[in-house]
Amino acid sequence: MIGIEHYLVVSSILFVMGVLGIFLNRKNVIIILMAIELILLAVNINLVAFSAFLGDLTGQIFAMFVLTVAASEAAIGLAILVIYFRGRGTIAVDDVNRMKG
Amino acid sequence: MIQVISFYLFASILIASAAMVIFARNPVHSVLWLIVAFFNAAGLMVLIGAEFIAMLLVIVYVGAVAVLFLFVVMMLDIDFAELRAGFVKNVPLGLLLAVVLVAELILGVGAYRAGAVKLGTPEAGAATVSNTVPNIEAIGNLLYSKYIFLFESAGLILLVAMVGAIVLTHRRSHGSKGQNINSQNMRRPQDATRNVNQPVGQGVEL
Repeated sequence: MIGIEHYLVVSSILFVMGVLGIFLNRKNVIIILMAIELILLAVNINLVAFSAFLGDLTGQIFAMFVLTVAASEAAIGLAILVIYFRGRGTIAVDDVNRMKG
Repeated sequence: MIQVISFYLFASILIASAAMVIFARNPVHSVLWLIVAFFNAAGLMVLIGAEFIAMLLVIVYVGAVAVLFLFVVMMLDIDFAELRAGFVKNVPLGLLLAVVLVAELILGVGAYRAGAVKLGTPEAGAATVSNTVPNIEAIGNLLYSKYIFLFESAGLILLVAMVGAIVLTHRRSHGSKGQNINSQNMRRPQDATRNVNQPVGQGVEL
């Protein structure tokens, strides 16, 4: 029988995949954004699994808000990426120091 | 039995496609593998009775976010080979970190399984999952009553994101003629029109 541990292991592996993706593709910001989406998907799986096995719907409501924020973040991130590309002609983000911050 | 088989099917495809997302050479392939990953995550969620979140994943992620990624990847003219230059250099550190993280997370799950943490029961006022009411109906009841302000703030977040994305990427083109509202309001009738007593048989001087 499938228990909550199975879902937790799947979401842990997915989360680590996202972190690994950020580390491996440090220059390509598009892949970094996709890895962030994977991390948020792992969080959502966690929330939904706990909600279903605990029998409390609140976790699924929360997962919906995580999804909303993830969608907004993707839209804003890609918009910033597009204007960055217009200005520089590249999206290599390992040397983003234009603001000297 | 069918539940176990479908769980392992969805979970293995999900993890394999997540690996393909971060290892694929072509970012277009990455986006397509991301779509596969989201579909399988939706399958996992259907399996434990969260149909609403599953459909939301398919509609929002596959229908909107993945297409947005695909659009940006195809629109920008990027030399992706150059961006992969540091890939091999980063592999040892990344793998080390991944192994450490996975070990920690599995340790946590093992501790949970050994009985260190109890899942507990929902508190008295909580909205419980019922077998008679469908998942989508139950979530609708909860979302439009108890969490109505959170729901509206989610809409506000989406509005701000939409306005922000448009403001960031909007480019005013040089050839187009815009409306100058200020000069329109400053214009008076006596400046704009004139009365002429035009003699018959002569041309009009404009």
